[in-house]
Amino acid sequence: MTLRVPERQARGTIRPWAALRERLLRLLPLDLLRGMALTFRRQAPSAVYTEQYPQQRPVVADRFRGAPRLNNDFETGETLCIACNLCALACPEALIVVGAERNAQNRKELTFFTYDLSRCMFCGLCEDVCPTDALELTQDFELASYSREGAIWDRPMLENGPTPKRYEK
Amino acid sequence: MSHRTTPDPLRGGPMTAPAPGESHLDSSEMILNMGPQHPSTHGVLRVVLKLDGERVVDAECVIGYLHRGVEKIGEHRTYMQFNPYVDRMDYVSAVSNGLGYCEAVEKLQGVVAPPRAQVVRVMLAELNRISSHIVWLGTHALDIGAMTPVFYSFREREEILKIFEKYCGARLTTHAFRIGGLQWDLYDGFESDLRRFCQTFPARVDEYETLLTENRIWRERTVGVGRLDATTCKALGVTGPVLRAAGVAWDLRKAQPYSGYEKYAFEIPVGENGDTYDRYRVRLQEMRQSCRIIAQAVDGIPDGPILARIPKVFKPPVGEVYHSIEAPKGELGFYIVSDGSLQPYRLRVRPPSFVNLQALRGMVRGALVADVVAIIGSIDIVLGEVDR
Ligand code: SF4
Ligand code: SF4
Repeated sequence: MTLRVPERQARGTIRPWAALRERLLRLLPLDLLRGMALTFRRQAPSAVYTEQYPQQRPVVADRFRGAPRLNNDFETGETLCIACNLCALACPEALIVVGAERNAQNRKELTFFTYDLSRCMFCGLCEDVCPTDALELTQDFELASYSREGAIWDRPMLENGPTPKRYEK
Repeated sequence: MSHRTTPDPLRGGPMTAPAPGESHLDSSEMILNMGPQHPSTHGVLRVVLKLDGERVVDAECVIGYLHRGVEKIGEHRTYMQFNPYVDRMDYVSAVSNGLGYCEAVEKLQGVVAPPRAQVVRVMLAELNRISSHIVWLGTHALDIGAMTPVFYSFREREEILKIFEKYCGARLTTHAFRIGGLQWDLYDGFESDLRRFCQTFPARVDEYETLLTENRIWRERTVGVGRLDATTCKALGVTGPVLRAAGVAWDLRKAQPYSGYEKYAFEIPVGENGDTYDRYRVRLQEMRQSCRIIAQAVDGIPDGPILARIPKVFKPPVGEVYHSIEAPKGELGFYIVSDGSLQPYRLRVRPPSFVNLQALRGMVRGALVADVVAIIGSIDIVLGEVDR
């Protein structure tokens, strides 16, 4: 498929009325006017797409990969994490540290869990490998902190989630 | 070589300083640094221009400001772990990068993604082609001075990014595909979202055309600017819309079909003059053709598994592989050498932007300074991919 560029006819072959039309078109900027007509058609307030962010909060998709969360069992309130360390191994940036200890029944128990958000690229590989759905990337997207240390989340932070200030419109 | 001689566009050594005995004072030439913080160089590209008045005598690209060592990182990650990094090369077409990488590793391992995964991959990659061209159109028009198209084009891009977000949870660095297929199945309403998009989008392209195609200012700024003929394009290894604008109907989706592209009816738009205006026309037509492919694919999504059988501990056999796909900007190739371990022994990327950028010197020579901005825009580079 070759694209034909609409070229004006060569001078010699133009018939008189076509030459006149050519002149008039040069004077009357139809091409520009058409564009402007389109722009004015699109001026309606209903065509506003801009989101008024802090006042108007976007609803992100269900699968959105945002702030991490360590899930607890609904009923017992105990953590779902079995300290298997798979997430730490899957992470390309090696930013998850899982601490575990053997309890009296010789079962592994989670002691601490740190997650360095400043290096995370939200690829979701850690979430994919977790066998118990303990680690989940949630819909929270406001992750700013005042210091680099603030970006390193510990277990209580991961379980409770971030608490950004909410503004009303 | 005196500093006034113009080097051969294909070879051309570094630009020379004035010869001994000659000073800058007796020439009217001037060296001008454009970038790396220039808003129209699309990232951190530095172009050293040698000017004679307003005319460009010579130009040299200085790259590397965004180098992150992606290829080296690949040698220290497992095959699965490297997958999210390729999204960060050409960040406006992350899905295409992921497709190229996953297909290359699959070829190395000798597996093929299931049919359902292939169709989903085609649909997302074509959506990504549209969104990449849309970003190009908006910013390129903005560079040249047309303010309106950028707002309209980002409106459509938003719709595409919403679909990406619903499908894989991220808008830009999608990590949409996995080696062997897909991680997620389609969400409810995917088909209707795509159908709605395919219905509305051609009219939106018509809007862009109303704003630009016949616009006399746009034509003055682009027709005949930055011409590059087919022979030079081939000699420099230029691919993608820049090559097709020069009249060569070369598209890897037709030439070496991958991921089931042979099943779809679409055409390769080619230009005639190889100038900035033709590149604009070619990209606009490509958006329409991509829309056609999506419309065909959405009607024939087969059922079945979405992930091929892939061992948990993924160790491809010893060997090497090169696989290339038609990314929005041209041929994107991955060359992977495996030593049978968990990590690639060597991973090399052939990025389209990097190769296409080499053509800049031949294009800008003899042009005006203002045209340099238009020409850089028309190649459609992303510095994340040039520098990797
Ligand atoms: S999202 Fe990716 S980078 Fe972040 S912790 Fe999980 S695996 Fe690591
Ligand atoms: S993969 Fe899941 S269960 Fe295992 S350590 Fe990580 S969060 Fe805990």
